[in-house]
Amino acid sequence: MSSNILQLGDGHAHGVDSEDHSLSVERLSMAFPHEGRLLVALEGVSLEVEQGELVCIVGASGSGKSTLLNILAGLDEPTSGRGHVHGRVALMFQEAALLPWLTAAGNVELALELRGVKRSERRDVARELLNRVHLNGFEKRLPHELSGGMKQRVALARALAQDADVLLMDEPFGALDAITRDRLHEELERIWTETGLTILFVTHNAREAVRLGDRVLVFTSRPGRVGHEVKVNLPRPRSLDSPELAVIAGRITDRLKHEMGV
Amino acid sequence: MATELAADLAGEDVVETTPRPSRAPLRRVWAGLWPKLAAVGLMLAVWQAVVWSGWKPDYVLPGPWPVFQRLAQDFRDVSFDLGVAITLRRALIGYAIAVAIGSAFGILVARVAVLRKAIGSAILGLQSMPSIAWFPLAILLFGLNETAIFFVVVLGAAPAIAGGLLSGVDHVQPLLVRVGHVMGARGLSLYRYVILPAALPSFIGGLKQGWAFAWRSLMAGEIINIVGHQVSLGQQIQFARDFADAEQLLAIIVVIFVIGVVIDSLFGILDREIRRRWGLLGEVA
Repeated sequence: MSSNILQLGDGHAHGVDSEDHSLSVERLSMAFPHEGRLLVALEGVSLEVEQGELVCIVGASGSGKSTLLNILAGLDEPTSGRGHVHGRVALMFQEAALLPWLTAAGNVELALELRGVKRSERRDVARELLNRVHLNGFEKRLPHELSGGMKQRVALARALAQDADVLLMDEPFGALDAITRDRLHEELERIWTETGLTILFVTHNAREAVRLGDRVLVFTSRPGRVGHEVKVNLPRPRSLDSPELAVIAGRITDRLKHEMGV
Repeated sequence: MATELAADLAGEDVVETTPRPSRAPLRRVWAGLWPKLAAVGLMLAVWQAVVWSGWKPDYVLPGPWPVFQRLAQDFRDVSFDLGVAITLRRALIGYAIAVAIGSAFGILVARVAVLRKAIGSAILGLQSMPSIAWFPLAILLFGLNETAIFFVVVLGAAPAIAGGLLSGVDHVQPLLVRVGHVMGARGLSLYRYVILPAALPSFIGGLKQGWAFAWRSLMAGEIINIVGHQVSLGQQIQFARDFADAEQLLAIIVVIFVIGVVIDSLFGILDREIRRRWGLLGEVA
């Protein structure tokens, strides 16, 4: 499995859970039985995310990115190796996955309730969280009365309601139009700065990854591994359309194509 | 184009939708009502036409007018009203028991994998079992009394209710379950906050079907199983046949039909309301 590609995680902090790592993954592998064969989704993935860092994973579809997040969120068990998150973890999906029978505020309040927040406080906290994602006035709307972008805002407020230390995001803006997505990038960045959350953001869009990430991890496909790491030193806030960003994103895209053998 | 785009960028993407004003309630009620009224009118016309054709003599098949006159007279008779009350009371009690048992059973089977494998398909089988077939057994077990009737009503309705709940639980979007997990809901709290609410539309469907089965079983039971001196609807139908009183027979059938339709349409309203809230209706025109 050795290659000329830089293998992240090799050579430092092996097997040690140092405290400043909010999230660490060690030689994690995941295989599913599929049509009689064993499908290896992830093989020997190692990565670390420091507290307060915003790291993006970019990879082609089918590269096991979502599987990795599911494991980190505790939804699935890895075949071997381990993924560890310090503190509470929240996960956002590509679909907002709001509970359709609850209002925007109700969805946020449920997350609060399951976290053990007192009934008397829930309403105010939910209102404040919805304010934070600029949804004031939409508290009483049902999910099917909201646009795609608004639903994702509610989902973001709900994730924040979990008071997590680490927020995992699985292509959360993938289904949105460009302008809405742009706006949500800004909001996410603002919330990230305000809260000091650690964020692991998965996308298949290299520009989005460079727009948001302190670092970008490029995933190989089948099996998924961290093939390459890019540190993004551009000042924030970044514009999706800036030439500097485009250059870095272009390099990542080339790398992805190379991985896919195109 | 450029100016348009600039305007878009300046605008908030959160003001895209405004609630549509719904149509005037009266017009909506009328829109739902007139096809039903037309159907009733048509049915009465066909009935009258058959009577006029002289296919059967009047005393075997009376027309709508004498039947409705008879019905009006019946309602002034206290013992007739009492009969309706007795039947409705039985329906209510039997149905309530069926809902309790069916729901408890549905949840149990959904939760316990072994039970699911063992009797999941048996519930479906029970649903298709004609409940009248239980009557002889019920009479042997409980005698000629109300308990036998309740037994059959429950056996008729509970499987449909359990089945509705079960299929609702089965078809909960896996994504919602994952969301529940991520938010920290496990076991019972996952059921309470995610799975059961998500299964509610299907459960309402089961309740509706369960009512239909309960009403059917009850009528069958009351016709076969004469309990004491109570003059339930089913019993009165039987008496009417014994006395070859066709007018009375048809009058009672009208009552049974109307009760069934009214309750069914109440379920229909509940069902629509839930589906609207759950966002399952799509665009409400």
